[in-house]
Amino acid sequence: MTPILTTALTIGGAGLACGGLLALAAKFLAVKEDPRIEEINGILPGANCGGCGYAGCAAYAEAVLLKGAPINLCAPGGAEVLGHLADITGETAKVAEHKVAVVLCGGDVSHAPRKFDYNGVADCRAAHATGGGDKSCSFGCLGYASCSHACPVGAIEMVNGIAKVHRDLCISCGSCIRTCPRHLIKMVPYARTIHVMCSSKDKGPAVKKACKVGCIGCTICTKLAENESIKMAGFLAVVDYEKDLDSDAVIEKCPGKCIVRI
Amino acid sequence: MGASTANFRAPGGIHPAYHKDLAAEQPIAEMPLPAMLVVSMSQHLGKPAEPTVKKGDTVLRGQVIGEAAGFISAAVHAPTSGTVKLVAAVATAAGPRATAITIVPDGEDTWVEGITPCPGWQTLDKKAIAEKIAAAGITGMGGAGFPTHVKVSPPPEAEIDTLILNGAECEPYLTADYRLMIEHAARIWEGALIIAKALEATTIRVAIEDNKPQAIAAMQDAIPAEAKDAQVVVLKTEYPQGAEKQQIFAITGREVPCGGLPLNVGIVVENVGTTLAVWEAVVNGLPLTERVTTVTGGPIATPGNVKARLGTSYADLVEFCGGTSGTISKIISGGPMMGFAQPDLACGTTKTTSGLLLLGPDAVQAYESMPCISCGRCVGVCPMKLMPNELSQFLEAEDYETAEAYNVMDCIECGCCAFECPAHRPLVQHMRRGKAQVMLIRRKQAS
Repeated sequence: MTPILTTALTIGGAGLACGGLLALAAKFLAVKEDPRIEEINGILPGANCGGCGYAGCAAYAEAVLLKGAPINLCAPGGAEVLGHLADITGETAKVAEHKVAVVLCGGDVSHAPRKFDYNGVADCRAAHATGGGDKSCSFGCLGYASCSHACPVGAIEMVNGIAKVHRDLCISCGSCIRTCPRHLIKMVPYARTIHVMCSSKDKGPAVKKACKVGCIGCTICTKLAENESIKMAGFLAVVDYEKDLDSDAVIEKCPGKCIVRI
Repeated sequence: MGASTANFRAPGGIHPAYHKDLAAEQPIAEMPLPAMLVVSMSQHLGKPAEPTVKKGDTVLRGQVIGEAAGFISAAVHAPTSGTVKLVAAVATAAGPRATAITIVPDGEDTWVEGITPCPGWQTLDKKAIAEKIAAAGITGMGGAGFPTHVKVSPPPEAEIDTLILNGAECEPYLTADYRLMIEHAARIWEGALIIAKALEATTIRVAIEDNKPQAIAAMQDAIPAEAKDAQVVVLKTEYPQGAEKQQIFAITGREVPCGGLPLNVGIVVENVGTTLAVWEAVVNGLPLTERVTTVTGGPIATPGNVKARLGTSYADLVEFCGGTSGTISKIISGGPMMGFAQPDLACGTTKTTSGLLLLGPDAVQAYESMPCISCGRCVGVCPMKLMPNELSQFLEAEDYETAEAYNVMDCIECGCCAFECPAHRPLVQHMRRGKAQVMLIRRKQAS
């Protein structure tokens, strides 16, 4: 036999044998997976935002079927995904309330100046660790866009040096909340549109010195707001999002101009 | 007693311009009482002290105004007699806010009763020495501020054989420790004997860099000929020779294990300023109420080494040194390599304020950070043998797991990597942030 024929037969034979073994392995060693996992994974939005508390859409799909995770955890999917999931699993659950993120700081560059020139890593967490951040207010938005980078859908825009959430784009995954070193971002019901855009725990004079649109703790809004829907937490007015609040008076009368409708 | 040169050489290191001549020949000057003192409760590593006075109280010098909150914490004493004007949170030099007590001095400077000097300290046992150090609220005065009473009471299984006095002062510009060694060598030596007794250490080494011949001579003169196994060790001038782990290696050749402490290799390192404070606390019975700070830099009219009460504001320090001339581009609390940049001069001194540095526009350059060019210079200068190039890229990608596997937690934040980087990458800043994130993740996993 010519060497070329020997080679061809050896390689070909080995290939056939291996192929046969693989075919047998695929049949006898197959891992049986619930086909519904793949189906659910296809239904989920695929943003892998982590808002449900699992590592991604695939992990949540598995958790729903194998670990009994509630089927209403996918906020981006909303009612549509919930309906599909209910059909597949046979479970029922209420649609979770539609929530959106809001950055509770209104002190943009024209209202809250910078204390010093920061030229380190352009990241809020790094800036926050450097001398407490370069913003005059030690509670306000630093403006280095860490939340914006973390947002999987690009719903956070930097406007005049502070972060603004586009309510209709937000999928309420909570990625931004975990990123903000100053804990300024809150998840609030979509229906609630009046916010106290300040998170400073300082006393009035200190707030005034640091920012033109800060909450000075005057408590006027708490008296105007219906059924205690704004309460004081120390020197800061805080909206109770569980209660209805639809009063234009609180917006007009706020001397700090920090209560706004978004 | 003779001096020897270091037997080993720690890896890495850099040679920044030292600029020590600005303040090196200025004797320590005692600053008169300022109009107000803002005494922070967070002057040390560990939990901030708990305030024990309130607004309106009158306090005497040396009176406890903040109690240690746990073992890794230190008491804070009133730096002078006067009235408490305010107890409120203010920003510390490092950034985060902590409770501070504002005291308006009455000018009498009356000491609290119950100060008990103990010149015959040789009769004290090690527990009594540690108690006296804890009562005086002494912390490491080199910069990190680790409570000294914790250091001098090692766990029983740790056998400490060597005490190293750290007089390297490798940070550029700073000369406070240098002046202390020249002016108070004998007291520092006695302080070393006290600490050695508490540790039951038999070997004492005084580490000084070879650019400080006067300090070397002074410390040599202070060590008596009959002293057993005590010696000045002359280190090569190189940053960071004052870093504890690098110094231990240079002198003894022992390597502190990853994540370990010097006591794991039988060594305790104390700064010379801390040693002097221990002498004051044990021999004279005085709590820590003042420290020497180097006030220096181009814009300072007369740079010098100032002995000021704790809580003296940076503005008062600058004024005592003749004020400033020209533009100030940067204010740094501490040395230029590891100090904290300040937005203003509002902060008050603490037990760890080794220097206050003002830099003019000629000494400050703003750089644009560029991508890594993989030259490896940062790897060469890292004294901990880490790979800052790789680490910074993991951290930029927020891959904390890999960064931890590449030992980001061993970084001592000396800043050699960022100093050397030709692409001006903020390498040490990435490390600092990375370390904080890894700590957060570890704490979350533990809970």
